[in-house]
Amino acid sequence: MSERILDDDARMRRFVDKFMAAVPHLAALGIGFVRSGPDWAELKLPYAAHLVAYPETGVIASGAIFSLMDSAAGFSVFTRMGRFEPHATLDLRCDYLRPAKAGETVFGRAECYKMTRKLAFVRGIAHDGDPEHPVAHITGTFMLTGQS
Amino acid sequence: MTALPPYAVMLGIHAGADGCWVMPFSPHLIGSPGRLHGGAVAGLMELVAHLAVRAALDDAAVVLKPVTVTVDYLREGAMADTFARAHINRLGRRVANVRVEAWQTDAEKPIAAARLNIILERP
Repeated sequence: MSERILDDDARMRRFVDKFMAAVPHLAALGIGFVRSGPDWAELKLPYAAHLVAYPETGVIASGAIFSLMDSAAGFSVFTRMGRFEPHATLDLRCDYLRPAKAGETVFGRAECYKMTRKLAFVRGIAHDGDPEHPVAHITGTFMLTGQS
Repeated sequence: MTALPPYAVMLGIHAGADGCWVMPFSPHLIGSPGRLHGGAVAGLMELVAHLAVRAALDDAAVVLKPVTVTVDYLREGAMADTFARAHINRLGRRVANVRVEAWQTDAEKPIAAARLNIILERP
Protein backbone atom coordinates (compact mmCIF):
# COMPACT_ATOMS: atom_id res chain seq x y z
CA MET A 1 0.00 0.00 0.00
CA SER A 2 1.38 3.40 -0.92
CA GLU A 3 1.92 6.24 1.53
CA ARG A 4 -1.11 7.85 3.18
CA ILE A 5 -0.57 11.34 1.81
CA LEU A 6 -3.85 12.67 3.20
CA ASP A 7 -3.05 12.30 6.91
CA ASP A 8 -1.00 15.48 7.24
CA ASP A 9 -3.17 18.63 7.33
CA ALA A 10 -0.86 20.94 5.39
CA ARG A 11 -0.06 18.31 2.76
CA MET A 12 -3.74 17.39 2.61
CA ARG A 13 -4.63 21.02 1.91
CA ARG A 14 -1.98 21.29 -0.85
CA PHE A 15 -3.10 18.09 -2.50
CA VAL A 16 -6.76 19.02 -2.23
CA ASP A 17 -6.26 22.50 -3.67
CA LYS A 18 -4.31 21.03 -6.57
CA PHE A 19 -6.81 18.24 -7.03
CA MET A 20 -9.87 20.49 -6.98
CA ALA A 21 -8.35 23.06 -9.31
CA ALA A 22 -7.93 20.23 -11.81
CA VAL A 23 -11.63 19.34 -11.79
CA PRO A 24 -13.34 21.72 -14.20
CA HIS A 25 -16.92 20.92 -13.19
CA LEU A 26 -16.18 21.66 -9.51
CA ALA A 27 -14.73 25.02 -10.57
CA ALA A 28 -17.76 25.72 -12.76
CA LEU A 29 -20.13 25.07 -9.85
CA GLY A 30 -17.91 26.91 -7.35
CA ILE A 31 -17.48 23.84 -5.11
CA GLY A 32 -14.67 24.20 -2.56
CA PHE A 33 -13.01 22.17 0.19
CA VAL A 34 -13.96 22.82 3.84
CA ARG A 35 -12.40 20.08 5.99
CA SER A 36 -11.90 16.37 6.25
CA GLY A 37 -11.24 13.57 8.71
CA PRO A 38 -10.01 9.98 8.53
CA ASP A 39 -13.10 8.75 6.69
CA TRP A 40 -15.12 11.85 5.85
CA ALA A 41 -14.93 15.05 3.85
CA GLU A 42 -16.89 18.29 3.80
CA LEU A 43 -17.22 20.47 0.72
CA LYS A 44 -19.17 23.67 0.15
CA LEU A 45 -21.29 25.04 -2.65
CA PRO A 46 -21.61 28.83 -2.29
CA TYR A 47 -24.87 30.31 -3.54
CA ALA A 48 -24.60 31.60 -7.12
CA ALA A 49 -27.07 32.88 -9.70
CA HIS A 50 -26.06 30.25 -12.29
CA LEU A 51 -27.11 27.43 -9.92
CA VAL A 52 -30.73 28.58 -9.72
CA ALA A 53 -33.45 26.23 -10.92
CA TYR A 54 -36.46 28.21 -9.72
CA PRO A 55 -35.98 31.88 -10.67
CA GLU A 56 -39.23 32.90 -8.93
CA THR A 57 -37.85 31.82 -5.52
CA GLY A 58 -34.10 31.80 -6.16
CA VAL A 59 -33.85 28.17 -5.03
CA ILE A 60 -30.88 26.33 -6.51
CA ALA A 61 -31.09 23.17 -8.61
CA SER A 62 -31.20 19.86 -6.79
CA GLY A 63 -28.80 18.67 -9.50
CA ALA A 64 -26.15 21.05 -8.16
CA ILE A 65 -26.60 19.52 -4.70
CA PHE A 66 -26.28 16.07 -6.30
CA SER A 67 -22.92 17.17 -7.78
CA LEU A 68 -21.81 18.53 -4.39
CA MET A 69 -22.70 15.28 -2.64
CA ASP A 70 -21.18 13.04 -5.35
CA SER A 71 -17.96 15.04 -4.95
CA ALA A 72 -18.01 15.01 -1.13
CA ALA A 73 -18.69 11.28 -1.17
CA GLY A 74 -15.82 10.71 -3.60
CA PHE A 75 -13.56 12.76 -1.33
CA SER A 76 -14.57 10.69 1.70
CA VAL A 77 -13.32 7.61 -0.16
CA PHE A 78 -9.99 9.36 -0.77
CA THR A 79 -9.65 10.29 2.90
CA ARG A 80 -10.52 6.77 4.06
CA MET A 81 -7.90 5.33 1.70
CA GLY A 82 -5.42 8.08 2.54
CA ARG A 83 -4.60 8.69 -1.11
CA PHE A 84 -6.14 9.63 -4.46
CA GLU A 85 -7.08 6.19 -5.68
CA PRO A 86 -9.18 6.28 -8.87
CA HIS A 87 -12.80 5.33 -8.34
CA ALA A 88 -16.14 5.72 -10.07
CA THR A 89 -19.64 6.24 -8.71
CA LEU A 90 -21.64 3.04 -9.10
CA ASP A 91 -24.86 4.49 -7.75
CA LEU A 92 -25.96 7.42 -5.68
CA ARG A 93 -29.35 8.11 -4.16
CA CYS A 94 -30.21 11.60 -2.99
CA ASP A 95 -33.28 12.37 -0.89
CA TYR A 96 -34.17 16.04 -1.01
CA LEU A 97 -35.63 16.83 2.40
CA ARG A 98 -36.41 20.49 1.77
CA PRO A 99 -35.28 23.25 -0.60
CA ALA A 100 -31.98 24.96 0.26
CA LYS A 101 -32.52 28.57 1.38
CA ALA A 102 -31.89 31.07 -1.40
CA GLY A 103 -28.66 32.96 -0.82
CA GLU A 104 -27.13 30.40 1.57
CA THR A 105 -24.00 28.29 1.06
CA VAL A 106 -24.78 24.58 1.01
CA PHE A 107 -22.34 22.30 2.85
CA GLY A 108 -22.01 18.66 1.90
CA ARG A 109 -20.53 16.23 4.38
CA ALA A 110 -20.06 12.59 3.43
CA GLU A 111 -18.60 9.60 5.22
CA CYS A 112 -17.12 6.43 3.76
CA TYR A 113 -18.44 4.00 6.35
CA LYS A 114 -17.34 0.73 4.79
CA MET A 115 -14.70 -0.28 2.35
CA THR A 116 -13.89 -3.57 0.71
CA ARG A 117 -11.20 -4.44 -1.83
CA LYS A 118 -13.32 -3.20 -4.75
CA LEU A 119 -16.15 -1.15 -3.21
CA ALA A 120 -16.67 1.88 -1.00
CA PHE A 121 -19.98 2.59 0.73
CA VAL A 122 -20.85 6.20 1.51
CA ARG A 123 -23.54 8.24 3.24
CA GLY A 124 -23.92 11.90 3.98
CA ILE A 125 -25.99 15.01 4.33
CA ALA A 126 -26.19 18.46 2.81
CA HIS A 127 -27.22 21.43 4.95
CA ASP A 128 -27.38 25.19 4.60
CA GLY A 129 -26.11 26.24 8.01
CA ASP A 130 -27.58 23.82 10.53
CA PRO A 131 -26.49 20.17 10.19
CA GLU A 132 -29.44 19.22 12.41
CA HIS A 133 -31.80 20.37 9.66
CA PRO A 134 -30.32 18.92 6.47
CA VAL A 135 -31.57 19.76 2.99
CA ALA A 136 -30.57 16.39 1.57
CA HIS A 137 -29.44 12.92 2.57
CA ILE A 138 -27.39 10.64 0.36
CA THR A 139 -26.31 7.04 0.22
CA GLY A 140 -24.13 5.57 -2.48
CA THR A 141 -21.56 3.10 -3.68
CA PHE A 142 -18.26 3.62 -5.44
CA MET A 143 -16.13 1.11 -7.34
CA LEU A 144 -12.38 1.33 -7.01
CA THR A 145 -11.09 1.38 -10.55
CA GLY A 146 -7.33 1.33 -9.89
CA GLN A 147 -5.19 -1.61 -10.98
CA SER A 148 -3.86 -2.40 -7.49
CA MET B 1 -42.40 26.45 -23.65
CA THR B 2 -40.89 28.29 -20.74
CA ALA B 3 -37.26 29.38 -20.68
CA LEU B 4 -34.80 26.95 -19.13
CA PRO B 5 -33.52 27.92 -15.66
CA PRO B 6 -29.98 29.30 -15.15
CA TYR B 7 -28.60 25.91 -13.97
CA ALA B 8 -29.75 24.27 -17.24
CA VAL B 9 -28.21 27.13 -19.21
CA MET B 10 -24.96 26.65 -17.26
CA LEU B 11 -24.94 22.96 -18.25
CA GLY B 12 -25.66 23.99 -21.86
CA ILE B 13 -28.78 21.82 -22.16
CA HIS B 14 -31.12 22.25 -25.12
CA ALA B 15 -33.91 20.31 -26.83
CA GLY B 16 -32.79 17.65 -29.30
CA ALA B 17 -34.59 15.50 -31.86
CA ASP B 18 -37.43 13.07 -31.07
CA GLY B 19 -38.20 14.47 -27.63
CA CYS B 20 -34.76 13.92 -26.19
CA TRP B 21 -32.52 16.57 -24.64
CA VAL B 22 -28.86 17.25 -25.33
CA MET B 23 -26.01 18.40 -23.12
CA PRO B 24 -23.27 19.22 -25.64
CA PHE B 25 -19.76 18.43 -24.50
CA SER B 26 -17.99 21.37 -22.91
CA PRO B 27 -14.75 21.39 -20.88
CA HIS B 28 -16.53 22.74 -17.79
CA LEU B 29 -18.47 19.46 -17.49
CA ILE B 30 -15.32 17.41 -16.90
CA GLY B 31 -14.83 15.62 -13.58
CA SER B 32 -11.82 13.34 -13.52
CA PRO B 33 -9.46 13.62 -16.51
CA GLY B 34 -11.14 12.64 -19.76
CA ARG B 35 -14.54 11.97 -18.17
CA LEU B 36 -17.73 13.89 -17.55
CA HIS B 37 -18.54 14.67 -13.91
CA GLY B 38 -21.28 12.32 -12.71
CA GLY B 39 -23.05 15.28 -11.14
CA ALA B 40 -23.39 16.99 -14.52
CA VAL B 41 -25.02 13.85 -15.95
CA ALA B 42 -27.30 13.67 -12.89
CA GLY B 43 -28.17 17.35 -13.36
CA LEU B 44 -29.13 16.67 -16.98
CA MET B 45 -31.30 13.70 -16.01
CA GLU B 46 -33.08 15.57 -13.19
CA LEU B 47 -33.83 18.41 -15.53
CA VAL B 48 -35.14 16.12 -18.27
CA ALA B 49 -37.41 14.34 -15.77
CA HIS B 50 -38.76 17.68 -14.57
CA LEU B 51 -39.42 18.87 -18.12
CA ALA B 52 -41.20 15.64 -19.04
CA VAL B 53 -43.55 15.84 -16.06
CA ARG B 54 -44.17 19.53 -16.66
CA ALA B 55 -45.06 18.77 -20.29
CA ALA B 56 -47.43 15.99 -19.23
CA LEU B 57 -49.38 18.21 -16.82
CA ASP B 58 -52.18 20.35 -18.12
CA ASP B 59 -52.08 22.74 -15.17
CA ALA B 60 -49.12 25.13 -15.10
CA ALA B 61 -49.89 25.97 -11.46
CA VAL B 62 -48.79 22.53 -10.22
CA VAL B 63 -45.52 22.80 -8.26
CA LEU B 64 -42.99 20.00 -8.87
CA LYS B 65 -40.68 18.94 -6.07
CA PRO B 66 -38.10 16.22 -6.74
CA VAL B 67 -37.91 14.20 -3.53
CA THR B 68 -35.88 11.09 -4.29
CA VAL B 69 -33.37 10.72 -7.11
CA THR B 70 -31.33 7.55 -7.65
CA VAL B 71 -28.68 7.44 -10.34
CA ASP B 72 -26.96 4.27 -11.58
CA TYR B 73 -23.77 4.98 -13.47
CA LEU B 74 -23.47 2.30 -16.15
CA ARG B 75 -20.52 3.43 -18.25
CA GLU B 76 -18.06 6.24 -17.92
CA GLY B 77 -19.14 9.49 -19.56
CA ALA B 78 -16.71 10.34 -22.35
CA MET B 79 -15.89 13.86 -23.51
CA ALA B 80 -18.80 13.80 -25.93
CA ASP B 81 -22.35 15.12 -26.27
CA THR B 82 -24.79 13.48 -23.87
CA PHE B 83 -28.45 12.78 -24.65
CA ALA B 84 -31.26 12.01 -22.23
CA ARG B 85 -34.87 10.95 -22.42
CA ALA B 86 -37.46 10.55 -19.68
CA HIS B 87 -40.22 7.95 -19.42
CA ILE B 88 -43.04 8.65 -17.01
CA ASN B 89 -43.87 5.37 -15.25
CA ARG B 90 -46.83 6.87 -13.44
CA LEU B 91 -48.34 10.30 -13.30
CA GLY B 92 -50.62 10.35 -10.27
CA ARG B 93 -52.35 13.17 -8.48
CA ARG B 94 -49.64 13.54 -5.85
CA VAL B 95 -46.57 11.79 -7.25
CA ALA B 96 -44.90 11.34 -10.61
CA ASN B 97 -42.54 8.38 -10.95
CA VAL B 98 -40.06 8.88 -13.76
CA ARG B 99 -37.09 7.01 -15.19
CA VAL B 100 -34.46 8.67 -17.33
CA GLU B 101 -31.71 7.24 -19.48
CA ALA B 102 -28.63 9.11 -20.64
CA TRP B 103 -26.40 8.00 -23.48
CA GLN B 104 -23.71 9.32 -25.80
CA THR B 105 -22.90 7.63 -29.10
CA ASP B 106 -25.38 4.75 -28.85
CA ALA B 107 -28.84 4.94 -27.25
CA GLU B 108 -28.62 1.16 -26.72
CA LYS B 109 -25.59 1.69 -24.48
CA PRO B 110 -26.73 4.13 -21.77
CA ILE B 111 -24.06 5.74 -19.59
CA ALA B 112 -26.50 6.34 -16.73
CA ALA B 113 -30.04 5.53 -15.63
CA ALA B 114 -32.03 7.52 -13.08
CA ARG B 115 -35.23 6.93 -11.18
CA LEU B 116 -37.08 9.85 -9.61
CA ASN B 117 -40.13 10.45 -7.47
CA ILE B 118 -41.43 13.96 -7.96
CA ILE B 119 -44.08 15.31 -5.59
CA LEU B 120 -46.87 17.23 -7.30
CA GLU B 121 -48.38 20.06 -5.29
CA ARG B 122 -51.66 20.94 -6.91
CA PRO B 123 -53.28 24.30 -6.18
